[in-house]
Amino acid sequence: MRAYLALLRPGDWLVALGGAALVAVLMQHVWLAGPADHVLVRQGGHVFCVAGLLADREIVVPGPLGLTRIRIAGRRARVESDPGPRQLCVRQGWISRPGEAAICLPNQVSVEIVGRQVVYDSLSY
Amino acid sequence: MTVSVIETTGEDHRIARLAALAISLMWIDAALPSPVPGIKPGLANIVTLVVLRRHGLVSALWVAALRVVAGSMLLGRFLTPGFVLSAAGAMASLLVLWLLSWLPRGWLASVGLSIPAAFAHMAAQLLLVGIWFMPGLNLWPLVPGFALFAWLGGLVNGLVAERLLRNT
Repeated sequence: MRAYLALLRPGDWLVALGGAALVAVLMQHVWLAGPADHVLVRQGGHVFCVAGLLADREIVVPGPLGLTRIRIAGRRARVESDPGPRQLCVRQGWISRPGEAAICLPNQVSVEIVGRQVVYDSLSY
Repeated sequence: MTVSVIETTGEDHRIARLAALAISLMWIDAALPSPVPGIKPGLANIVTLVVLRRHGLVSALWVAALRVVAGSMLLGRFLTPGFVLSAAGAMASLLVLWLLSWLPRGWLASVGLSIPAAFAHMAAQLLLVGIWFMPGLNLWPLVPGFALFAWLGGLVNGLVAERLLRNT
């Protein structure tokens, strides 16, 4: 063991610890983000609507190009239709995990799944 | 009739020898049972690292390129998705190694080079799968697991490479 530790220079320690920290942050963010709670819909940088994932519904968001339709069903959300030329956010399909987002850049609409833990409101204080 | 003779230098022989070594390690890698597709120790990278530190980036580039092309031919997966992934991973990790070579000498030994290279390898492959092979599929849940194994593989390969460099 000691023979192997001697193979490391200070820079190696730094890189190895930095790499381990990166892995830990990824795990925390992706695996331990808690259950998905609600959907945050933004339009042009402002919050357009916050909707729970429990109730199935459709949200229609007007943007500069037209209407973006968002569907919430079965605790998942997706962009059903969008006037953007490349349809990237539509092709992304269903999103269901906290931190996942579908972004329709041309129409300035974004849909983000938010977990329970990251939400702080005035009641917490 | 003119007979063309290909002159080979000592360096060509050295690169061929090292590439052959890398290919045999790649074979061992391919033979190891893997719990999840994509998680491999990447033993051939030990050779790339040793060549990089002993003979420089150009030699490492040659050895890696020969290994990816000839190795995949021998494994019967030349120009398959597996080959494209392996080539992308090799290119990304060499790019990172090239960037790290600008750091002052003596800061990093093999481990400090190997871990970032392993991360780059993994990131390039996941990006390729996410953008080209399976677009629309959510790969995020897999990322921490792949990152953990890339870190582990980078650490172990770096230690082995450093040991080889000091003992031979």
